[in-house]
Amino acid sequence: MTTDHAATSDHAADIDRHVRIYITVFVALMVLTIITVAISYLHLPIAAAVSVALLVATIKGSLVACYFMHLISEKKLIYAVLLLTIVFFVALLSLPAITHSNGFWIHE
Amino acid sequence: MDIPYTVEIRRDTGLTNGKIGIWLFLASEVMLFGALFASYILIRVGAPSWPRGDTILNVPMATFNTIVLITSSVTMVMAWASLMRHKFGTFRLYMGATVLLGFVFLVVKYFEYTHKFHDGLFPHTNNFLAIYFTLTGLHMLHVMGGMAVNAYFLGPGAKLWKTNPVWFTNRVENSGLFWHFVDLVWIFLFPTLYLL
Repeated sequence: MTTDHAATSDHAADIDRHVRIYITVFVALMVLTIITVAISYLHLPIAAAVSVALLVATIKGSLVACYFMHLISEKKLIYAVLLLTIVFFVALLSLPAITHSNGFWIHE
Repeated sequence: MDIPYTVEIRRDTGLTNGKIGIWLFLASEVMLFGALFASYILIRVGAPSWPRGDTILNVPMATFNTIVLITSSVTMVMAWASLMRHKFGTFRLYMGATVLLGFVFLVVKYFEYTHKFHDGLFPHTNNFLAIYFTLTGLHMLHVMGGMAVNAYFLGPGAKLWKTNPVWFTNRVENSGLFWHFVDLVWIFLFPTLYLL
């Protein structure tokens, strides 16, 4: 009974710790959103603007995926599925780049 | 016949079937939005000129919607955390807030769309607007889908809490994974369409 009680309070403490992390991530996401908008007012050259905007978006996306979606402590099978998805996603996004650079497959 | 591995963990995957199912679905969603992002890049780099999003679209409204969606992600994860703490009343509050914030997002989007239509800006007007309406429209359908599932767990689906609380908590976690994905997509859509 004492062990059960200890396990329950451990569990509650674990959830409380999670909740504190969620609040911290929320604040970080808000700050990063303000940064994203603020940077757009600097009217950087397009290459720099795209790089910075995508960098900030990637940080925000990673925070959501790691903490809200619990990817930071997930099972191996989920990582395997996502790794495969990333490979196909990168291949998909590479297609326009190959086309644009008049690469190996598509000639004008 | 009962659905297998809704509560207990499958030994070979280390997961419940619902969890692996939702992640496989999200993987397919990544490819769906990825195809549209690839189309966007292809159309943009191939265009002789391309407008900055903020010259056509309403950045303050979209910033507000970004804040709304991020906040809804927090309320969603807090709803799940409430179930983990066995606080059903708190769960209802957070889940209600999540659905409400989704509704706020849609209302803002409605005003954005109608303002564009009023100005004579339609998907067929130019390539920028075509990709803008396609990407945000598809995203909006996802918001509606997520809201429908969340509203179900707030209403009739909540009966499961009384008979099988662990299964109900797992279901809410899975619908949360979808909702966070919808938030994640918007995090990339917002700068891509509105700010660049």
